[in-house]
Amino acid sequence: MGLLVLLVAIGAVAFWVMTAYNGLISLKNQVANGWKQIDVQLKRRHDLIPNLVDTVKGAMQFERETLEAVIAARNQAITVERGGAGVAATAQAESQLSAALGRLFAVVEAYPQLKATGNVAQLQEELTSTENRIAFARQHYNDVATQYNTRQQQFPTNMVAGLARATPAELWEITDAAERAVPKVDLSMRPNVRT
Amino acid sequence: MSDAVDLFSQQQANRSRSHWLIAGFVIFFAWLGFGGDIILLEMSRGEAAGTRWDIPFLGIALTTYALATVIWASRAGSRAILGSTGATELTAPGTDQERMLVNVVEEMAIAAGLPRPSIWTIPDPDPNAFATGRDENTAAIAVTQGLLEVCTRDELQGVIAHELAHIKNYDARLMTLLAAMVGAITVVSDYMHRILFHRGSGRALGAVVPRKKKGGGGVLLIVLLVLWVISWILAPAISRMLALGVSRKREFLADAMSAQFTRNPMALATALEKIERSHEPTRSIRRGAAHLCIADPLGRRVNLKEGWLADLWGTHPPMAMRVARLRGMAFQEQKRAQREAGALAQPA
Repeated sequence: MGLLVLLVAIGAVAFWVMTAYNGLISLKNQVANGWKQIDVQLKRRHDLIPNLVDTVKGAMQFERETLEAVIAARNQAITVERGGAGVAATAQAESQLSAALGRLFAVVEAYPQLKATGNVAQLQEELTSTENRIAFARQHYNDVATQYNTRQQQFPTNMVAGLARATPAELWEITDAAERAVPKVDLSMRPNVRT
Repeated sequence: MSDAVDLFSQQQANRSRSHWLIAGFVIFFAWLGFGGDIILLEMSRGEAAGTRWDIPFLGIALTTYALATVIWASRAGSRAILGSTGATELTAPGTDQERMLVNVVEEMAIAAGLPRPSIWTIPDPDPNAFATGRDENTAAIAVTQGLLEVCTRDELQGVIAHELAHIKNYDARLMTLLAAMVGAITVVSDYMHRILFHRGSGRALGAVVPRKKKGGGGVLLIVLLVLWVISWILAPAISRMLALGVSRKREFLADAMSAQFTRNPMALATALEKIERSHEPTRSIRRGAAHLCIADPLGRRVNLKEGWLADLWGTHPPMAMRVARLRGMAFQEQKRAQREAGALAQPA
Protein backbone atom coordinates (compact mmCIF):
# COMPACT_ATOMS: atom_id res chain seq x y z
CA MET A 1 0.00 0.00 0.00
CA GLY A 2 2.72 2.43 1.08
CA LEU A 3 4.79 1.47 -1.94
CA LEU A 4 1.84 2.15 -4.21
CA VAL A 5 1.34 5.64 -2.75
CA LEU A 6 5.04 6.33 -3.17
CA LEU A 7 4.97 5.20 -6.80
CA VAL A 8 1.93 7.34 -7.54
CA ALA A 9 3.59 10.34 -5.91
CA ILE A 10 6.78 9.84 -7.93
CA GLY A 11 4.73 9.45 -11.08
CA ALA A 12 2.82 12.66 -10.37
CA VAL A 13 6.03 14.61 -9.75
CA ALA A 14 7.63 13.24 -12.92
CA PHE A 15 4.53 14.19 -14.89
CA TRP A 16 4.58 17.70 -13.47
CA VAL A 17 8.30 18.13 -14.29
CA MET A 18 7.59 17.01 -17.84
CA THR A 19 4.72 19.46 -18.38
CA ALA A 20 6.57 22.36 -16.77
CA TYR A 21 9.68 21.63 -18.86
CA ASN A 22 7.70 21.34 -22.08
CA GLY A 23 5.83 24.53 -21.30
CA LEU A 24 9.10 26.43 -20.87
CA ILE A 25 10.59 25.01 -24.07
CA SER A 26 7.47 25.88 -26.02
CA LEU A 27 7.60 29.46 -24.72
CA LYS A 28 11.30 29.68 -25.47
CA ASN A 29 10.64 28.74 -29.08
CA GLN A 30 7.79 31.21 -29.28
CA VAL A 31 10.13 33.96 -28.10
CA ALA A 32 12.72 33.01 -30.75
CA ASN A 33 10.01 32.91 -33.39
CA GLY A 34 8.66 36.28 -32.26
CA TRP A 35 12.10 37.78 -32.69
CA LYS A 36 12.39 36.30 -36.17
CA GLN A 37 9.05 37.88 -37.08
CA ILE A 38 10.35 41.32 -36.09
CA ASP A 39 13.39 40.68 -38.25
CA VAL A 40 11.25 39.84 -41.28
CA GLN A 41 9.25 43.04 -40.90
CA LEU A 42 12.32 45.22 -40.36
CA LYS A 43 13.82 43.82 -43.56
CA ARG A 44 10.58 44.60 -45.39
CA ARG A 45 10.79 48.20 -44.23
CA HIS A 46 14.43 48.48 -45.29
CA ASP A 47 13.51 47.17 -48.75
CA LEU A 48 10.61 49.58 -49.15
CA ILE A 49 12.55 52.74 -48.34
CA PRO A 50 14.66 53.04 -51.56
CA ASN A 51 11.37 52.79 -53.49
CA LEU A 52 9.82 55.57 -51.47
CA VAL A 53 12.84 57.80 -51.77
CA ASP A 54 12.96 57.33 -55.55
CA THR A 55 9.31 58.22 -55.90
CA VAL A 56 9.40 61.44 -53.91
CA LYS A 57 12.92 62.57 -54.84
CA GLY A 58 11.94 64.53 -57.94
CA ALA A 59 9.20 66.54 -56.30
CA MET A 60 11.13 67.32 -53.14
CA GLN A 61 14.18 69.19 -54.34
CA PHE A 62 14.12 71.43 -51.30
CA GLU A 63 13.95 68.66 -48.75
CA ARG A 64 17.27 66.99 -49.41
CA GLU A 65 18.15 66.87 -45.74
CA THR A 66 15.03 64.97 -44.74
CA LEU A 67 15.55 62.40 -47.46
CA GLU A 68 19.21 61.98 -46.65
CA ALA A 69 18.39 61.50 -42.98
CA VAL A 70 16.05 58.65 -43.90
CA ILE A 71 18.66 56.97 -46.12
CA ALA A 72 21.37 57.38 -43.49
CA ALA A 73 19.14 55.96 -40.75
CA ARG A 74 18.21 53.01 -42.94
CA ASN A 75 21.82 52.19 -43.79
CA GLN A 76 22.79 52.57 -40.15
CA ALA A 77 20.05 50.16 -39.10
CA ILE A 78 21.13 47.60 -41.69
CA THR A 79 24.75 47.77 -40.57
CA VAL A 80 23.81 47.39 -36.93
CA GLU A 81 21.61 44.36 -37.58
CA ARG A 82 24.05 42.71 -39.94
CA GLY A 83 26.64 42.86 -37.16
CA GLY A 84 24.34 40.64 -35.11
CA ALA A 85 23.56 43.28 -32.51
CA GLY A 86 21.35 42.54 -29.51
CA VAL A 87 17.82 43.64 -28.85
CA ALA A 88 18.77 47.01 -27.36
CA ALA A 89 21.07 48.14 -30.21
CA THR A 90 18.55 47.07 -32.86
CA ALA A 91 15.78 48.88 -31.06
CA GLN A 92 17.92 52.02 -30.87
CA ALA A 93 18.76 52.02 -34.61
CA GLU A 94 15.19 51.26 -35.65
CA SER A 95 13.70 54.02 -33.53
CA GLN A 96 16.07 56.47 -35.28
CA LEU A 97 14.74 55.24 -38.60
CA SER A 98 11.15 55.54 -37.39
CA ALA A 99 11.77 59.14 -36.38
CA ALA A 100 13.35 60.02 -39.74
CA LEU A 101 10.44 58.41 -41.61
CA GLY A 102 7.98 60.30 -39.44
CA ARG A 103 9.60 63.60 -40.41
CA LEU A 104 9.50 62.60 -44.09
CA PHE A 105 5.78 61.86 -43.88
CA ALA A 106 5.17 65.21 -42.22
CA VAL A 107 6.96 66.88 -45.13
CA VAL A 108 5.05 64.87 -47.74
CA GLU A 109 1.82 66.20 -46.22
CA ALA A 110 2.95 69.67 -47.29
CA TYR A 111 3.12 68.64 -50.97
CA PRO A 112 -0.48 68.01 -52.06
CA GLN A 113 0.48 67.39 -55.69
CA LEU A 114 2.84 64.64 -54.51
CA LYS A 115 0.17 62.96 -52.40
CA ALA A 116 -2.25 63.11 -55.32
CA THR A 117 -0.22 60.69 -57.44
CA GLY A 118 -1.46 57.15 -56.91
CA ASN A 119 2.01 55.74 -56.52
CA VAL A 120 2.77 57.76 -53.41
CA ALA A 121 -0.61 56.98 -51.85
CA GLN A 122 0.02 53.27 -52.37
CA LEU A 123 3.53 53.49 -51.01
CA GLN A 124 2.20 55.35 -48.00
CA GLU A 125 -0.33 52.58 -47.31
CA GLU A 126 2.47 50.04 -47.61
CA LEU A 127 4.67 51.97 -45.22
CA THR A 128 1.84 52.57 -42.76
CA SER A 129 1.20 48.84 -42.81
CA THR A 130 4.89 48.11 -42.36
CA GLU A 131 5.10 50.45 -39.38
CA ASN A 132 2.06 48.69 -37.92
CA ARG A 133 3.55 45.28 -38.57
CA ILE A 134 6.75 46.24 -36.80
CA ALA A 135 4.78 47.62 -33.89
CA PHE A 136 2.61 44.49 -33.65
CA ALA A 137 5.56 42.14 -34.07
CA ARG A 138 7.29 44.03 -31.26
CA GLN A 139 4.16 43.86 -29.12
CA HIS A 140 3.83 40.13 -29.72
CA TYR A 141 7.50 39.57 -28.96
CA ASN A 142 7.28 41.57 -25.74
CA ASP A 143 4.10 39.75 -24.68
CA VAL A 144 5.59 36.31 -25.23
CA ALA A 145 8.95 37.27 -23.73
CA THR A 146 7.24 38.67 -20.61
CA GLN A 147 5.22 35.50 -20.27
CA TYR A 148 8.40 33.43 -20.67
CA ASN A 149 10.29 35.52 -18.12
CA THR A 150 7.47 35.38 -15.59
CA ARG A 151 7.01 31.65 -16.00
CA GLN A 152 10.66 30.82 -15.44
CA GLN A 153 10.85 32.99 -12.32
CA GLN A 154 7.61 31.83 -10.71
CA PHE A 155 7.53 29.13 -8.08
CA PRO A 156 7.46 26.16 -8.63
CA THR A 157 8.37 26.36 -12.33
CA ASN A 158 11.65 28.10 -11.47
CA MET A 159 12.99 24.76 -10.20
CA VAL A 160 12.79 23.37 -13.74
CA ALA A 161 14.16 26.55 -15.37
CA GLY A 162 17.77 25.39 -15.07
CA LEU A 163 16.91 22.05 -16.63
CA ALA A 164 15.29 23.78 -19.64
CA ARG A 165 18.26 26.22 -19.87
CA ALA A 166 15.82 29.11 -19.57
CA THR A 167 17.31 32.57 -19.22
CA PRO A 168 15.29 35.81 -19.16
CA ALA A 169 14.63 37.17 -22.66
CA GLU A 170 15.46 40.81 -23.30
CA LEU A 171 12.43 43.01 -23.95
CA TRP A 172 12.29 45.47 -26.83
CA GLU A 173 12.17 48.71 -24.87
CA ILE A 174 10.89 51.82 -26.56
CA THR A 175 13.92 54.08 -26.24
CA ASP A 176 12.48 57.11 -27.96
CA ALA A 177 10.79 59.27 -25.36
CA ALA A 178 8.54 60.87 -28.00
CA GLU A 179 7.18 57.46 -28.93
CA ARG A 180 6.43 56.53 -25.37
CA ALA A 181 4.74 59.73 -24.30
CA VAL A 182 0.97 59.59 -24.58
CA PRO A 183 -0.69 62.83 -25.60
CA LYS A 184 -2.79 64.18 -22.77
CA VAL A 185 -6.47 64.39 -23.55
CA ASP A 186 -8.57 67.07 -21.92
CA LEU A 187 -11.99 65.62 -21.19
CA SER A 188 -13.32 68.56 -19.19
CA MET A 189 -14.92 70.17 -22.29
CA ARG A 190 -14.24 73.62 -20.84
CA PRO A 191 -12.96 76.44 -23.01
CA ASN A 192 -9.30 77.00 -22.24
CA VAL A 193 -9.43 80.34 -20.49
CA ARG A 194 -6.21 80.40 -18.55
CA THR A 195 -3.72 79.88 -21.38
CA MET B 1 0.03 36.62 -17.44
CA SER B 2 -3.41 35.51 -16.33
CA ASP B 3 -4.63 36.28 -19.86
CA ALA B 4 -2.09 33.89 -21.26
CA VAL B 5 -3.04 31.15 -18.83
CA ASP B 6 -6.72 31.67 -19.64
CA LEU B 7 -5.94 31.47 -23.32
CA PHE B 8 -3.97 28.28 -22.94
CA SER B 9 -6.66 26.60 -20.88
CA GLN B 10 -9.25 27.83 -23.37
CA GLN B 11 -7.35 26.20 -26.22
CA GLN B 12 -7.04 22.97 -24.26
CA ALA B 13 -10.71 23.03 -23.32
CA ASN B 14 -11.74 23.60 -26.92
CA ARG B 15 -9.51 20.83 -28.16
CA SER B 16 -10.96 18.28 -25.77
CA ARG B 17 -14.44 19.69 -26.40
CA SER B 18 -13.94 19.00 -30.10
CA HIS B 19 -12.93 15.43 -29.34
CA TRP B 20 -15.90 14.86 -27.03
CA LEU B 21 -18.19 16.37 -29.60
CA ILE B 22 -16.92 14.02 -32.29
CA ALA B 23 -17.16 11.01 -29.98
CA GLY B 24 -20.66 11.96 -28.87
CA PHE B 25 -21.78 12.51 -32.43
CA VAL B 26 -20.53 9.12 -33.63
CA ILE B 27 -21.92 7.30 -30.57
CA PHE B 28 -25.28 8.99 -31.03
CA PHE B 29 -25.46 7.89 -34.65
CA ALA B 30 -24.37 4.37 -33.67
CA TRP B 31 -27.22 4.29 -31.14
CA LEU B 32 -29.71 5.51 -33.73
CA GLY B 33 -28.52 2.79 -36.10
CA PHE B 34 -27.80 -0.25 -33.94
CA GLY B 35 -30.74 0.56 -31.64
CA GLY B 36 -33.00 0.31 -34.66
CA ASP B 37 -31.32 -2.92 -35.67
CA ILE B 38 -31.94 -4.50 -32.25
CA ILE B 39 -35.59 -3.46 -32.38
CA LEU B 40 -35.99 -4.89 -35.87
CA LEU B 41 -34.22 -8.10 -34.86
CA GLU B 42 -36.48 -8.53 -31.82
CA MET B 43 -39.53 -7.94 -33.94
CA SER B 44 -38.55 -10.45 -36.56
CA ARG B 45 -37.27 -13.08 -34.14
CA GLY B 46 -39.84 -15.74 -34.90
CA GLU B 47 -39.51 -15.43 -38.62
CA ALA B 48 -37.55 -17.48 -41.10
CA ALA B 49 -33.86 -16.89 -41.68
CA GLY B 50 -34.57 -15.12 -44.97
CA THR B 51 -36.78 -12.35 -43.56
CA ARG B 52 -35.09 -12.05 -40.16
CA TRP B 53 -33.14 -8.85 -39.53
CA ASP B 54 -29.80 -10.60 -38.95
CA ILE B 55 -27.38 -8.09 -40.38
CA PRO B 56 -27.38 -4.63 -38.71
CA PHE B 57 -27.72 -2.63 -41.91
CA LEU B 58 -28.99 0.52 -40.15
CA GLY B 59 -26.15 0.61 -37.64
CA ILE B 60 -23.46 0.08 -40.25
CA ALA B 61 -24.96 2.67 -42.57
CA LEU B 62 -25.49 5.39 -39.95
CA THR B 63 -22.13 4.90 -38.22
CA THR B 64 -20.36 5.05 -41.55
CA TYR B 65 -22.33 8.16 -42.39
CA ALA B 66 -21.32 9.79 -39.07
CA LEU B 67 -17.64 8.93 -39.54
CA ALA B 68 -17.72 10.17 -43.11
CA THR B 69 -19.29 13.43 -41.95
CA VAL B 70 -16.58 13.96 -39.32
CA ILE B 71 -13.79 13.25 -41.81
CA TRP B 72 -15.40 15.41 -44.44
CA ALA B 73 -16.06 18.25 -41.96
CA SER B 74 -12.46 18.40 -40.81
CA ARG B 75 -11.10 18.12 -44.35
CA ALA B 76 -13.48 20.23 -46.39
CA GLY B 77 -15.94 21.74 -43.93
CA SER B 78 -14.52 25.24 -44.06
CA ARG B 79 -14.52 25.25 -47.87
CA ALA B 80 -18.15 24.12 -47.86
CA ILE B 81 -19.17 26.93 -45.50
CA LEU B 82 -17.28 29.51 -47.54
CA GLY B 83 -18.88 28.13 -50.69
CA SER B 84 -22.39 28.33 -49.21
CA THR B 85 -21.94 32.06 -48.51
CA GLY B 86 -20.73 32.78 -52.05
CA ALA B 87 -17.32 33.94 -50.82
CA THR B 88 -14.41 34.24 -53.23
CA GLU B 89 -10.80 34.10 -52.19
CA LEU B 90 -8.86 37.32 -52.41
CA THR B 91 -5.52 36.40 -53.94
CA ALA B 92 -4.60 39.45 -56.00
CA PRO B 93 -5.92 42.62 -54.34
CA GLY B 94 -7.02 45.08 -57.01
CA THR B 95 -8.61 48.05 -55.27
CA ASP B 96 -7.19 50.20 -52.46
CA GLN B 97 -9.82 48.71 -50.13
CA GLU B 98 -8.69 45.17 -50.83
CA ARG B 99 -5.06 46.09 -50.47
CA MET B 100 -5.87 47.59 -47.07
CA LEU B 101 -7.77 44.44 -46.05
CA VAL B 102 -4.82 42.23 -46.95
CA ASN B 103 -2.44 44.51 -45.06
CA VAL B 104 -4.69 44.61 -41.99
CA VAL B 105 -5.03 40.81 -41.90
CA GLU B 106 -1.27 40.52 -42.27
CA GLU B 107 -0.71 42.98 -39.40
CA MET B 108 -3.16 41.34 -37.04
CA ALA B 109 -1.81 37.86 -37.79
CA ILE B 110 1.56 39.20 -36.64
CA ALA B 111 -0.01 40.66 -33.49
CA ALA B 112 -1.71 37.34 -32.74
CA GLY B 113 1.41 35.34 -33.57
CA LEU B 114 -0.43 33.25 -36.18
CA PRO B 115 0.34 32.45 -39.82
CA ARG B 116 -1.68 34.60 -42.21
CA PRO B 117 -5.07 32.99 -42.88
CA SER B 118 -6.55 32.98 -46.37
CA ILE B 119 -8.79 35.97 -47.01
CA TRP B 120 -12.25 35.75 -48.57
CA THR B 121 -14.76 38.42 -49.51
CA ILE B 122 -18.53 38.01 -49.68
CA PRO B 123 -20.48 40.25 -52.07
CA ASP B 124 -23.09 41.34 -49.53
CA PRO B 125 -23.88 44.94 -48.54
CA ASP B 126 -24.46 44.07 -44.87
CA PRO B 127 -21.35 44.31 -42.67
CA ASN B 128 -20.36 40.96 -41.13
CA ALA B 129 -17.38 38.63 -40.82
CA PHE B 130 -16.51 35.08 -39.76
CA ALA B 131 -13.58 32.73 -39.41
CA THR B 132 -13.43 29.02 -40.16
CA GLY B 133 -10.86 26.26 -40.61
CA ARG B 134 -9.46 23.12 -39.01
CA ASP B 135 -6.35 24.72 -37.51
CA GLU B 136 -4.28 27.86 -37.83
CA ASN B 137 -2.63 26.65 -41.06
CA THR B 138 -5.89 26.06 -42.92
CA ALA B 139 -7.79 28.94 -41.36
CA ALA B 140 -9.81 31.35 -43.46
CA ILE B 141 -11.33 34.74 -42.68
CA ALA B 142 -14.30 35.98 -44.67
CA VAL B 143 -15.63 39.54 -44.62
CA THR B 144 -18.57 41.05 -46.48
CA GLN B 145 -18.16 43.92 -48.92
CA GLY B 146 -20.37 45.95 -46.56
CA LEU B 147 -17.83 45.64 -43.76
CA LEU B 148 -15.11 47.09 -45.98
CA GLU B 149 -17.44 49.97 -46.88
CA VAL B 150 -18.41 51.06 -43.36
CA CYS B 151 -15.24 50.42 -41.34
CA THR B 152 -12.21 52.63 -40.96
CA ARG B 153 -8.76 51.06 -40.98
CA ASP B 154 -8.69 50.88 -37.15
CA GLU B 155 -12.16 49.37 -36.91
CA LEU B 156 -11.29 46.77 -39.52
CA GLN B 157 -8.26 45.89 -37.40
CA GLY B 158 -10.53 45.30 -34.40
CA VAL B 159 -12.89 43.02 -36.35
CA ILE B 160 -10.07 41.03 -37.96
CA ALA B 161 -8.37 40.65 -34.57
CA HIS B 162 -11.65 39.27 -33.16
CA GLU B 163 -11.75 36.65 -35.92
CA LEU B 164 -8.09 35.75 -35.39
CA ALA B 165 -8.87 35.25 -31.70
CA HIS B 166 -11.47 32.63 -32.72
CA ILE B 167 -8.80 30.89 -34.80
CA LYS B 168 -6.26 31.03 -31.99
CA ASN B 169 -8.78 29.64 -29.47
CA TYR B 170 -9.71 26.79 -31.80
CA ASP B 171 -13.25 28.20 -31.73
CA ALA B 172 -13.25 28.21 -35.51
CA ARG B 173 -12.64 24.47 -35.65
CA LEU B 174 -15.28 23.64 -33.06
CA MET B 175 -17.80 25.87 -34.81
CA THR B 176 -17.07 24.40 -38.23
CA LEU B 177 -17.44 20.85 -36.88
CA LEU B 178 -20.70 21.81 -35.21
CA ALA B 179 -22.06 23.34 -38.38
CA ALA B 180 -21.34 20.13 -40.30
CA MET B 181 -22.88 17.93 -37.59
CA VAL B 182 -26.03 20.01 -37.31
CA GLY B 183 -26.35 19.71 -41.06
CA ALA B 184 -25.83 15.93 -41.03
CA ILE B 185 -28.37 15.37 -38.26
CA THR B 186 -30.93 17.57 -39.99
CA VAL B 187 -30.59 15.62 -43.23
CA VAL B 188 -30.87 12.19 -41.58
CA SER B 189 -33.73 13.11 -39.27
CA ASP B 190 -35.71 14.68 -42.11
CA TYR B 191 -35.32 11.45 -44.02
CA MET B 192 -36.26 9.34 -41.00
CA HIS B 193 -39.33 11.45 -40.24
CA ARG B 194 -40.51 10.80 -43.73
CA ILE B 195 -40.12 7.03 -43.25
CA LEU B 196 -41.51 6.84 -39.69
CA PHE B 197 -44.55 9.00 -40.24
CA HIS B 198 -45.26 7.95 -43.77
CA ARG B 199 -48.57 6.13 -43.94
CA GLY B 200 -47.26 2.84 -45.32
CA SER B 201 -44.34 2.38 -42.96
CA GLY B 202 -46.33 3.61 -39.98
CA ARG B 203 -48.86 0.86 -40.54
CA ALA B 204 -46.10 -1.72 -40.80
CA LEU B 205 -44.57 -0.55 -37.53
CA GLY B 206 -47.96 -0.42 -35.82
CA ALA B 207 -48.77 -3.93 -36.97
CA VAL B 208 -45.50 -5.32 -35.68
CA VAL B 209 -45.36 -3.82 -32.20
CA PRO B 210 -48.59 -5.09 -30.61
CA ARG B 211 -48.03 -8.57 -31.96
CA LYS B 212 -44.68 -8.89 -30.29
CA LYS B 213 -45.92 -7.49 -26.97
CA LYS B 214 -47.06 -10.97 -26.06
CA GLY B 215 -43.60 -12.46 -26.39
CA GLY B 216 -40.90 -12.49 -23.70
CA GLY B 217 -38.93 -9.26 -23.18
CA GLY B 218 -41.80 -7.29 -24.70
CA VAL B 219 -41.64 -4.50 -22.08
CA LEU B 220 -37.95 -4.04 -22.69
CA LEU B 221 -38.62 -3.85 -26.38
CA ILE B 222 -41.28 -1.16 -25.90
CA VAL B 223 -38.95 0.91 -23.69
CA LEU B 224 -36.20 0.59 -26.26
CA LEU B 225 -38.56 1.55 -29.04
CA VAL B 226 -39.85 4.60 -27.16
CA LEU B 227 -36.31 5.78 -26.35
CA TRP B 228 -35.26 5.26 -29.92
CA VAL B 229 -38.17 7.23 -31.39
CA ILE B 230 -37.66 10.04 -28.86
CA SER B 231 -33.98 10.21 -29.83
CA TRP B 232 -34.96 10.66 -33.44
CA ILE B 233 -37.46 13.37 -32.65
CA LEU B 234 -35.19 15.32 -30.33
CA ALA B 235 -31.95 14.97 -32.34
CA PRO B 236 -32.31 18.12 -34.46
CA ALA B 237 -33.31 20.28 -31.50
CA ILE B 238 -30.46 19.00 -29.31
CA SER B 239 -27.85 19.51 -32.01
CA ARG B 240 -29.10 23.03 -32.68
CA MET B 241 -29.01 23.84 -28.98
CA LEU B 242 -25.41 22.59 -28.78
CA ALA B 243 -24.36 24.86 -31.62
CA LEU B 244 -26.12 27.83 -30.10
CA GLY B 245 -25.12 27.46 -26.46
CA VAL B 246 -21.49 26.79 -27.19
CA SER B 247 -20.87 30.05 -28.98
CA ARG B 248 -22.22 32.75 -26.70
CA LYS B 249 -19.50 32.95 -24.10
CA ARG B 250 -16.66 32.86 -26.58
CA GLU B 251 -17.75 36.06 -28.27
CA PHE B 252 -16.81 37.95 -25.10
CA LEU B 253 -13.45 36.22 -24.94
CA ALA B 254 -12.73 36.96 -28.60
CA ASP B 255 -13.64 40.62 -28.03
CA ALA B 256 -11.22 40.81 -25.11
CA MET B 257 -8.46 39.15 -27.13
CA SER B 258 -9.09 41.53 -30.01
CA ALA B 259 -8.49 44.39 -27.59
CA GLN B 260 -5.32 42.68 -26.42
CA PHE B 261 -4.02 42.35 -30.00
CA THR B 262 -4.88 45.85 -31.21
CA ARG B 263 -4.49 47.63 -27.84
CA ASN B 264 -7.41 49.66 -29.07
CA PRO B 265 -10.75 48.41 -27.66
CA MET B 266 -12.59 51.54 -28.81
CA ALA B 267 -12.06 50.63 -32.47
CA LEU B 268 -13.86 47.30 -32.10
CA ALA B 269 -16.59 48.97 -30.01
CA THR B 270 -17.38 51.48 -32.77
CA ALA B 271 -17.12 48.76 -35.42
CA LEU B 272 -19.67 46.65 -33.52
CA GLU B 273 -21.96 49.64 -33.23
CA LYS B 274 -21.75 50.21 -36.97
CA ILE B 275 -22.47 46.53 -37.66
CA GLU B 276 -25.41 46.66 -35.26
CA ARG B 277 -26.81 49.82 -36.82
CA SER B 278 -27.27 48.20 -40.21
CA HIS B 279 -30.54 46.41 -39.54
CA GLU B 280 -30.51 44.34 -42.72
CA PRO B 281 -29.91 40.65 -42.14
CA THR B 282 -26.88 39.30 -43.95
CA ARG B 283 -28.72 37.42 -46.70
CA SER B 284 -25.83 35.42 -48.07
CA ILE B 285 -25.09 33.76 -44.71
CA ARG B 286 -27.61 31.06 -43.91
CA ARG B 287 -28.76 29.54 -40.67
CA GLY B 288 -26.14 26.79 -40.68
CA ALA B 289 -23.23 29.21 -40.44
CA ALA B 290 -24.89 31.85 -38.23
CA HIS B 291 -23.03 30.90 -35.07
CA LEU B 292 -19.68 31.54 -36.76
CA CYS B 293 -20.27 35.24 -37.43
CA ILE B 294 -19.14 38.27 -35.44
CA ALA B 295 -22.74 39.49 -35.30
CA ASP B 296 -25.88 37.41 -35.76
CA PRO B 297 -26.56 37.52 -39.51
CA LEU B 298 -30.24 36.70 -39.01
CA GLY B 299 -30.91 39.56 -36.60
CA ARG B 300 -32.84 37.36 -34.18
CA ARG B 301 -34.59 38.88 -31.19
CA VAL B 302 -33.30 36.38 -28.66
CA ASN B 303 -29.79 37.75 -29.03
CA LEU B 304 -30.85 41.00 -27.39
CA LYS B 305 -31.76 39.25 -24.16
CA GLU B 306 -29.99 37.92 -21.10
CA GLY B 307 -30.78 35.02 -18.79
CA TRP B 308 -30.62 31.25 -19.12
CA LEU B 309 -33.23 30.93 -21.85
CA ALA B 310 -31.39 33.40 -24.05
CA ASP B 311 -28.13 31.66 -23.18
CA LEU B 312 -29.66 28.42 -24.42
CA TRP B 313 -31.09 29.72 -27.69
CA GLY B 314 -29.01 32.78 -28.53
CA THR B 315 -25.87 32.55 -30.62
CA HIS B 316 -24.49 35.94 -29.65
CA PRO B 317 -24.47 38.03 -26.47
CA PRO B 318 -26.40 41.31 -26.61
CA MET B 319 -24.44 43.82 -28.67
CA ALA B 320 -24.96 46.58 -26.10
CA MET B 321 -23.25 44.44 -23.46
CA ARG B 322 -20.27 43.72 -25.71
CA VAL B 323 -19.84 47.39 -26.56
CA ALA B 324 -20.15 48.36 -22.90
CA ARG B 325 -17.40 45.91 -21.91
CA LEU B 326 -15.08 47.20 -24.65
CA ARG B 327 -15.72 50.78 -23.60
CA GLY B 328 -14.85 49.80 -20.06
CA MET B 329 -11.54 48.39 -21.28
CA ALA B 330 -10.83 51.57 -23.25
CA PHE B 331 -11.55 53.68 -20.19
CA GLN B 332 -9.20 51.61 -18.01
CA GLU B 333 -6.50 51.90 -20.68
CA GLN B 334 -6.90 55.65 -20.87
CA LYS B 335 -6.73 56.07 -17.11
CA ARG B 336 -3.58 53.96 -16.95
CA ALA B 337 -1.95 55.91 -19.79
CA GLN B 338 -2.75 59.20 -18.13
CA ARG B 339 -1.34 58.02 -14.83
CA GLU B 340 1.85 56.92 -16.60
CA ALA B 341 2.13 60.18 -18.50
CA GLY B 342 1.69 61.99 -15.21
CA ALA B 343 4.42 59.88 -13.60
CA LEU B 344 6.75 60.65 -16.50
CA ALA B 345 6.02 64.36 -16.35
CA GLN B 346 6.52 64.65 -12.59
CA PRO B 347 10.33 64.26 -12.34
CA ALA B 348 11.00 66.50 -15.34
